[in-house]
Amino acid sequence: MTSEVAHGPADTHHDAHGEDDGPHATLKGYVTGFVLSVILTAIPFWIVMGKVFESSSTTALVILAFAAVQIVAHMIYFLHMNTKVEAGWSMLALVFTIVLVVITLSGSLWVMYHLKHNMMPMSPQQMRNAP
Amino acid sequence: MAERIASAVGADGQPVRFYLTEEHHPQNGTLLGFWLYLMSDCLVFACLFAVYGVLGRNYAAGPSGADLFELPLVALNTALLLLSSITYGFAMIEMQRRRKGAVLAWLAITGLFGAGFLGVELYEFAHLIHEGAGPQRSAFLSSFFALVGTHGLHVTFGIVWLVTLMVQVSRLGLTAPNRRRLMCLSMFWHFLDVVWIGVFTFVYLMGTLP
Repeated sequence: MTSEVAHGPADTHHDAHGEDDGPHATLKGYVTGFVLSVILTAIPFWIVMGKVFESSSTTALVILAFAAVQIVAHMIYFLHMNTKVEAGWSMLALVFTIVLVVITLSGSLWVMYHLKHNMMPMSPQQMRNAP
Repeated sequence: MAERIASAVGADGQPVRFYLTEEHHPQNGTLLGFWLYLMSDCLVFACLFAVYGVLGRNYAAGPSGADLFELPLVALNTALLLLSSITYGFAMIEMQRRRKGAVLAWLAITGLFGAGFLGVELYEFAHLIHEGAGPQRSAFLSSFFALVGTHGLHVTFGIVWLVTLMVQVSRLGLTAPNRRRLMCLSMFWHFLDVVWIGVFTFVYLMGTLP
């Protein structure tokens, strides 16, 4: 068992097995994650508040991309996510959740957008009488 | 990876030996279970984000995000939550070194940042409702209060949990169960920060775009 060797003789057998401190956290990891997220937060705020781009859709796409990168940075540096945690089951659950989230979000927006466009036009008179 | 040797007596009187290789599994499933809870919580937030995405531009002739949102306040809130994330990380590092006092101090600082975040958010909500932009004003404001309010409620419960754990740690020390609880709260706290990234990008920043 390599894990027992790494812990040294002072640690008990118990510690080397299940009840250790989970993924090992390091100061360097947290500081890297913090600096990254400060940068990745400051740039979108600057883009929006400084009105860097003319078009709203360009701005939206750029800040969404920054958010995606920042979420990945948080997952790696703060939540210690990798393929080895809990023998890969955490990553499997995460991938499954991402699939569901993407289906929920894109599906809802897509369906409701088309519904709005395909609705019959209503006059204000009809709208008042609508249930 | 325990290999057990079981033996039985075969038909010819010779002992029959067979090997059972048990798969290695984490002895403590709490962290994985808590991760699964967080993933289901993620789906709750995904639904609320979808609702906001659909209704977020239906102002019912009321105020829009560009009229209401104050980005400097949102930036302050984001900073508070980010700082609370790193201070919780420092608490986890001190936990690995088994320094109880430092853990408690970092947890207290984390709690203060969290309370600051909640204070700013409650101020913002009170301000909006005072201006007549409460949740009943339009579909946009209903979905806004539902999404941001749910996140704020999570932070509130996170702070309750944090204070409970501080009492537990100060009375019982950094025992194995307490370390496990601290690790679960760590995941919860960082997860709330991840959700906040979505909130400030999707709701506040994109809401103020013309």
